[in-house]
Amino acid sequence: MSLAGEVRLVAGKDLRIEARSRVTLAQVLPFGGIVLLLFAFALDPDRGRLAAVAPGLFWVAVLLAALLAIGRSFAIEQQNGARDGLRLSGIDGAAVFLGKTIAVAAQLLLLEVVLGLGVAVLYGVDVTSVVVLVVAGVAATAGLAATGTLFGVLAAGLRTRETLLPLLLLPVITPVMLGATRAFESGLGGEPAEAWPWIALLGAFAVLYVSVGVLAFGPLWEDS
Amino acid sequence: MVPLVRLRSVVCLLGRFPALAGVDLDVVSGEIVLLTGPNGAGKSTLLRVLAGLLPTHRGDAEVLGHDLGVDRRAHRRDLALVGHETSCYDDLTTRENLRFAARASGRDAAVGDAALERLGLGGQADVAHGRLSAGQRRRLALAVGLARDPKLLLLDEPHAGLDAEGRVLLAEILVAAPGEGRTVLLASHELDLTRPLATREVVVVGGRASGRFPPPAPDPVVSGVDGAPAVIVEPAP
Repeated sequence: MSLAGEVRLVAGKDLRIEARSRVTLAQVLPFGGIVLLLFAFALDPDRGRLAAVAPGLFWVAVLLAALLAIGRSFAIEQQNGARDGLRLSGIDGAAVFLGKTIAVAAQLLLLEVVLGLGVAVLYGVDVTSVVVLVVAGVAATAGLAATGTLFGVLAAGLRTRETLLPLLLLPVITPVMLGATRAFESGLGGEPAEAWPWIALLGAFAVLYVSVGVLAFGPLWEDS
Repeated sequence: MVPLVRLRSVVCLLGRFPALAGVDLDVVSGEIVLLTGPNGAGKSTLLRVLAGLLPTHRGDAEVLGHDLGVDRRAHRRDLALVGHETSCYDDLTTRENLRFAARASGRDAAVGDAALERLGLGGQADVAHGRLSAGQRRRLALAVGLARDPKLLLLDEPHAGLDAEGRVLLAEILVAAPGEGRTVLLASHELDLTRPLATREVVVVGGRASGRFPPPAPDPVVSGVDGAPAVIVEPAP
């Protein structure tokens, strides 16, 4: 089977499991919504400040929810020795990485659409460029999913994985949070042209971590 | 004949503990090799080393023509390890799990469907793994092994949890294995059930493999690295 076929197989399997279990819909999505709601309650007296910080709050909510999705992506491999089964199948580690990254990214994009609507309603923001929001969202999601999948496998075999994953991931993901927040500020009431350098940063980060993941995930997957 | 499995003084450490302390073993195509020995002797470790899931720390290990010291993954497409767990996903159905196992191993999804019927799981085809009984899961574990259509089938206590019908199906799989181009290594304590089907018995004691049954099988097994005497298992009457 080609690498693309293996990637499709792994991504399809992960997405089918998530569609069946509805963990993303029933737990991750409500969790992100609650985070947004809590921020809204905390900052409600100052409606102007809420709109100003909306991009940052949105991405913090996405990041916290992403930690759950990434943890879930590796938790399903701990069931019934499934991880050994996947390793024994001979599927290339790069294909497992790309498949899992795509599955996590698809869930995050769905999450972002719903949370984005929540931000618009709760925080009262003005959209000045949909294109900027979409491109920045896709680039940031790719970086977040790739980095999360790469660090997720490091923590996968450990009993402390739930606490270790945020500890490993959050410092590394800082450029994504910064770039995505700045780009969204430009797309939500700001000057859209100012977003593109940040989108370029997000794109470079995504390319870097997808490349590192393709090379490094296999050995980590074998030995973690 | 070139052996399918060739181990020479293989040592596998789990931490500092030598789970395998110098195993020599040759297995040729079409054999059904029964691994016996007390709990903790290293039978499961030996199977996991052969599958490439555990590394060898000393010695030479060649499986299906691949040197495990160089690459522990290259031979995996042609083997299956049926262990204590099913390697399945709770939220996928029996059919979906088997098709995934087949396709992930580079086989057609139909091979997974055939394994489903062979293990008598047709009635549970659309039942999620998480809803299967323990006995059905054991059958599914065997079906997953067959869905990979392996040349080398590694079975670790395959009778555990199987009902009478399942044990008959397992016996049929073992009997048919050489004709289907499969070589089998199975670790088992169910000697009454497995000895009549095995072409040879290898005793694993203290991380070392020794013994042979029945003669004149290839002389595959010698003592451990420190020259400990081989344990010879008498042929069954």
